[in-house]
Amino acid sequence: MALTLVFLGKLADIAGAPEREIDAVPSIAALIAGLEPELSAVAGGDKIKIAVNGKIVADRAVFTLRDGDEVAFLPPVSGG
Amino acid sequence: MASDVRLITTSFDAAEETDRFSSNNRDAGGIASFLGKVRPTGGTLALELSHYEPLTLPGMEGLAADAEARWDVTGLLLLHRTGLMQPGDPIVLVAAAARHRRDAIAAVDFAMDHLKGDSWFWKREKRADGWHWIEPREQDFADLNRWG
Repeated sequence: MALTLVFLGKLADIAGAPEREIDAVPSIAALIAGLEPELSAVAGGDKIKIAVNGKIVADRAVFTLRDGDEVAFLPPVSGG
Repeated sequence: MASDVRLITTSFDAAEETDRFSSNNRDAGGIASFLGKVRPTGGTLALELSHYEPLTLPGMEGLAADAEARWDVTGLLLLHRTGLMQPGDPIVLVAAAARHRRDAIAAVDFAMDHLKGDSWFWKREKRADGWHWIEPREQDFADLNRWG
């Protein structure tokens, strides 16, 4: 029972690695709450988009995670 | 109408790509293209582009479809590098073939604004004091807003 987390851009530096596996949790709120404090504060911010299995999550408050999901944290893209 | 959309992990030859695009679009009245390179000035020693496989290429394909729906183009080329690049290396090549020039030029301009401001790429650059992530600029949002 696990989730794969993917951290893009500068979030990979804060997380210490671009990917990790964690024990499954039921919601995005529980996932973010379980991250270490600095990462949790950044990853849970409004500017970070979240994709589950390659689809952007429209409303993270009501999204239910399933075993095996890949959850990606996407900071604003770099532009120029 | 054939569009060619690719993410590339190694360097590409822009002249060869534009020649091939041109010969694949012999019926076009004109072809516009833009080549973006790692700036050779300003102290950048290296540039690294990362992407997210499940989103980046599908996003570029969606962008090509939007450009094709918006302008009367007969062919479209979107090539984007990822990985580690040196100053002067090509990063992005966009070309559009059309019956009339304005469609080709506008489609390239539209695609470039969206590749820069609205596509799933993250950049960091190496300067003398180490690596720095590049943050979005106000100009990128202004560029996107031109298109409504």
